[in-house]
Amino acid sequence: MSRMAQPTIATDHGHSIDPARAPRDTALAIHGLTVSYGEKPAVFSVDAAFKAKGMSAIVGPNGAGKSTLLKAALGVIPRLSGEVYVFGETIRDARARVAYVPQSASVDWDFPTTVMDVVQMGLYRKVGLLGRLSGPVRAQARECLDRVGMADFANRQIGQLSGGQQQRVFLARALAQDADLYLLDEPFAGVDAATERAIIGVLKSLKDEGKAVVAVHHDLATVRDYFDHVFLINVRRIAEGPVETTFTTEHLQATYGGRLAATHLDELAVADGAR
Amino acid sequence: MNLFLDALFLQAGYNAALVAIGAGLLGFAAGASGTFPFLRKRALISDAVAHATLPGVGLAFVIMVALGGDGRSLVGLLAGSAATAWIGLLVIEWIARRTRLAEDAAIGAVLGVFFGVGIVLLTVIQSMSAGRQAGLESFLLGSTAGMLLQDAVVIAIGGSLAVFTTWLMRRPMTLVAFDSDYAASMGYDVRRVDLLMMALVMSVTVVGLKLVGLILIVAMLIIPAVAARFWTDRSSRMIWIAGGIGGASGYLGAVFSASAPAMPTGPIIVLVAAAIFIFSLLFAPERGVLAAIVRHRRFQVRVHRLQGLLALAAEHPIREAYTLRLLAREGLARPDGVPTNAGRAQAAKIARDERRWDVAREVYQDAGLTGRYDGLTPIEDVFTSDEIADFDHRLGPPVAVESG
Repeated sequence: MSRMAQPTIATDHGHSIDPARAPRDTALAIHGLTVSYGEKPAVFSVDAAFKAKGMSAIVGPNGAGKSTLLKAALGVIPRLSGEVYVFGETIRDARARVAYVPQSASVDWDFPTTVMDVVQMGLYRKVGLLGRLSGPVRAQARECLDRVGMADFANRQIGQLSGGQQQRVFLARALAQDADLYLLDEPFAGVDAATERAIIGVLKSLKDEGKAVVAVHHDLATVRDYFDHVFLINVRRIAEGPVETTFTTEHLQATYGGRLAATHLDELAVADGAR
Repeated sequence: MNLFLDALFLQAGYNAALVAIGAGLLGFAAGASGTFPFLRKRALISDAVAHATLPGVGLAFVIMVALGGDGRSLVGLLAGSAATAWIGLLVIEWIARRTRLAEDAAIGAVLGVFFGVGIVLLTVIQSMSAGRQAGLESFLLGSTAGMLLQDAVVIAIGGSLAVFTTWLMRRPMTLVAFDSDYAASMGYDVRRVDLLMMALVMSVTVVGLKLVGLILIVAMLIIPAVAARFWTDRSSRMIWIAGGIGGASGYLGAVFSASAPAMPTGPIIVLVAAAIFIFSLLFAPERGVLAAIVRHRRFQVRVHRLQGLLALAAEHPIREAYTLRLLAREGLARPDGVPTNAGRAQAAKIARDERRWDVAREVYQDAGLTGRYDGLTPIEDVFTSDEIADFDHRLGPPVAVESG
């Protein structure tokens, strides 16, 4: 919305593509997406393409529409205009291939449910209304818990967990869906260092398995270490591409405007040169 | 007392037995189907839905009389009440979704307006066709007088359907109540699941209208669920516990009101449910108030004991009177703060564990492990005995604790 958000970098939005020709090697393709709360667009005419393999970060200031972009792509909130394709299909047809990890602060952790129950939620679609949650299903859920290092906590009430443990349980629930595209909303927000390492380890192993990982990310210092693709947004798309060429001082300045201190930008630029 | 026992074992006459069974079934259905609206934090919508049944009762009566029928046909009245309750629900949902008004404002507006219209209709009916309207106002607070087998059958069928649907749809409803965004991302239609929860509330309200009345039915939907929350940490069990509490409240309430003259059934049922709630609030093993107090006291004792022992180990004076009393009571120190032999031994153990922690934090920089260095977690809970032996090795030979 700010004048910084309308620079020359954003280019090829506004076109839409034939669904039949939607690229299958793109995990998540977004065309001309606009989402509005009232008459104030949170996301305006955004194009994005996240590859079917690799880890992408969605980066931008508070209120830039990062979470909104994810939710609209998933159909969790309605979009005003635009098209979304997941592996070349509409989200409706591709649901089973997508797993979502919401912000852990978005739910009531005093809800009467155990860690195991939460992970099994990821399997509800697979087992249906009447399928039993026993034997192989439980084993699968336990495996996912194990992957995030939470197997010992299976029978805990979720309210007894620390913030980092809650975040890991949410990740385990998404793993249980066995998806090809993982959309995470600030998975590292408010977690301890051990959890951050555990989560990034799991995400990297997903990438190695050939899955696509797209995460809203707020820590500029770790973008280079964790991700290979970056999408910069401030209501409009600012820039998108490989981290080496896209995560530059110029683009960050365009994304954050005056809100990012020049010294901070220099530090990131130094890190840039050091590599 | 005899009257009470007779009523308890269904020996107090046909009508009393019918009422007790009906109230028990209704209570079970209300408790089970009230669980998810409570967990979804939408308990008060059910109050608005209940109040919105009243205009339907009046309208159905007017229409049935206008068509030349008997205005008191139960099925007709219930159908009418369901129709306006559904309209009220949709209006709330529409206001909250389409306007800037918050849901509580929508609930207040619908509850007040629909109830007001209902009262006006009832008043008009009473003034117009005196004699034929008998009993309509009993839908407000319920009535057990002249309860028929037909009424009990309506409760049994409607209640069973509500319980069955709650059980069948427990997974989507759990998901929506816990994490609606995630539910939507999996393709569940959150709006329809929400409407289903309220449809269940509505059906219980409608079948319970005649017995409990529309003003108090909300208590039967919510109180059992709130009480059940104290006894379990799993929503799947909560359905049945809430149902059990609701059923017991309904049955016992009906029995109480049958064994005392002129006691209103609906309010007594609500009072029984409230008694169960208060009992749960106080005495539930994990979440109850008493359990919380005991837990807090124990924790306080642990903290004071540990701080006292650390002070003994460091040969610092203990200033807090409570700590001194505690150590003296446990035989760890004399009332003047001089440690006993037992106190010295325990202080030495704690001082050694503190040094082990220091080493551990140097060796393992993992925040997940050393993050449990909170002063209270025993080191044995975090590290294996091999690891602790390794810390001891690094610490060097044990140092004799100087006697104080």
